[in-house]
Amino acid sequence: MNRSVERHRNVLDFALSSLLRRKGKNVSLWVVYTLIVSLIAAIVFYTHALKREAALILQGAPDIVVQKMVAGRHDLVPVGYVEKIAAIRGVRSVRPRLWGYYYDAATGANYTLMASDDPLPGPGAADIGSGVARTLHLTEGDFLPIRATDGTPTLFQVRKVLPYASELASSDLILLSEGDLRALFDFPRGFATDLAVTVGNPAERPTIAAKIAGQFPDSRPILNSEILRTYDSIFDWRGGMMVVMLGVAVLAFVIFAWDKATGLSAEERREIGILKSVGWETGDVLLLKFWEGAAISLAAFLCGTILAYIQVFFLSASLFEPALKGWSVLYPRFKLVPDVDPYQLAVLFFLTVVPYTVATIIPSWRAATVDPDAAMRS
Amino acid sequence: MRKSTAFSLFTLGNAILLALLLCSGRYGSGEARAMQEASRIVVDRFQLTDLCLFTEARYTRHPSMADLHSAFQDHPMALEHFPSGSLVSPPRFRRDRP
Repeated sequence: MNRSVERHRNVLDFALSSLLRRKGKNVSLWVVYTLIVSLIAAIVFYTHALKREAALILQGAPDIVVQKMVAGRHDLVPVGYVEKIAAIRGVRSVRPRLWGYYYDAATGANYTLMASDDPLPGPGAADIGSGVARTLHLTEGDFLPIRATDGTPTLFQVRKVLPYASELASSDLILLSEGDLRALFDFPRGFATDLAVTVGNPAERPTIAAKIAGQFPDSRPILNSEILRTYDSIFDWRGGMMVVMLGVAVLAFVIFAWDKATGLSAEERREIGILKSVGWETGDVLLLKFWEGAAISLAAFLCGTILAYIQVFFLSASLFEPALKGWSVLYPRFKLVPDVDPYQLAVLFFLTVVPYTVATIIPSWRAATVDPDAAMRS
Repeated sequence: MRKSTAFSLFTLGNAILLALLLCSGRYGSGEARAMQEASRIVVDRFQLTDLCLFTEARYTRHPSMADLHSAFQDHPMALEHFPSGSLVSPPRFRRDRP
């Protein structure tokens, strides 16, 4: 046992010395390798954490949201639907939701306006998300200007700024009283944006959704599970960002491994020839090359994964922010709860370390099986 | 010190650091957990349906509430206007539904 360990240590010593002889080339190789692993790991960590965040946060979303469709687009839903849907067996409550969007031409930001259930002190008061407060430099007691549908500027006094901690859900939210929202957008009486349906038994949700769709053919019920699946799909590996970024990173890695697998430098061939001529067996040469590949890939895997973890969970994924932000003026500030699946780490390890190590062994095996004299002359 | 010993210590140090980071995520990260809880309460309180990630257009702000073909709502072959449109693909359940 000790002899075998000592043999591996000796070969590892030799492999590290051999790598250090070509320091410039191998250090740059390790840096590139680390960056590629880091990019792939950061994408995997970020999307997994975001999917989990969405699943946990949106658990409290309505069980079923009922929209009305007109010519394939959603329209205001008559409040008259409430009683009929509430009469369906298994439905606990139906609540009309009144909400819409407001584009602020001054800042170029889009806000979500919603009728608040919280009793506001009176007309002209508003609760705002911290993203809105940040964009417009508002604090409690300040006035928020909103242009009504008829073009009249209306001022709302900020009653409170919603907690900074809830930015991921409420950053762009402006909560107004129902009367103010109706007056602002000239919302017709007796209509709501959609209906939030609460169902007693979660297992009955699809059946109740089917009954609603049957009773109101112009409606589109959206289940809570569909809301959650939306976020699963957005941050799935097939999602746009995932495909593009993972594709680029994997392609870079393939080019990199391919370069390694397609051949050895003349110096490396000569080295193998010399080793064989001084008595090294083919197995010893392969062990040496295995340790060379393993040393670089293991160090790159560990450093890349640590860098990715720090980038995503300590630096709030600042690398991805420009991509996610797109053209948005208002972007929430949030921290993701770290959640790394061991399965993902294992996949990452087998996708990065194993192919590279194998790719270094194959050309060495070819070089090690030829005559030492020919290898040295080549 | 032998090079193999230095390399083993380097690898072991990195592995321990990674393990500590993973554990710190599981048991620490109080601020992130507080943010998650606060967001969950707001969603529950106001019956919200989406995360406030992309605010540039209505169909990116509320992807789960958007029209069935919202990513290409102008016409089925329309090119996207916003960078996030290239990041967000329509969810599978929407593509599968008639």
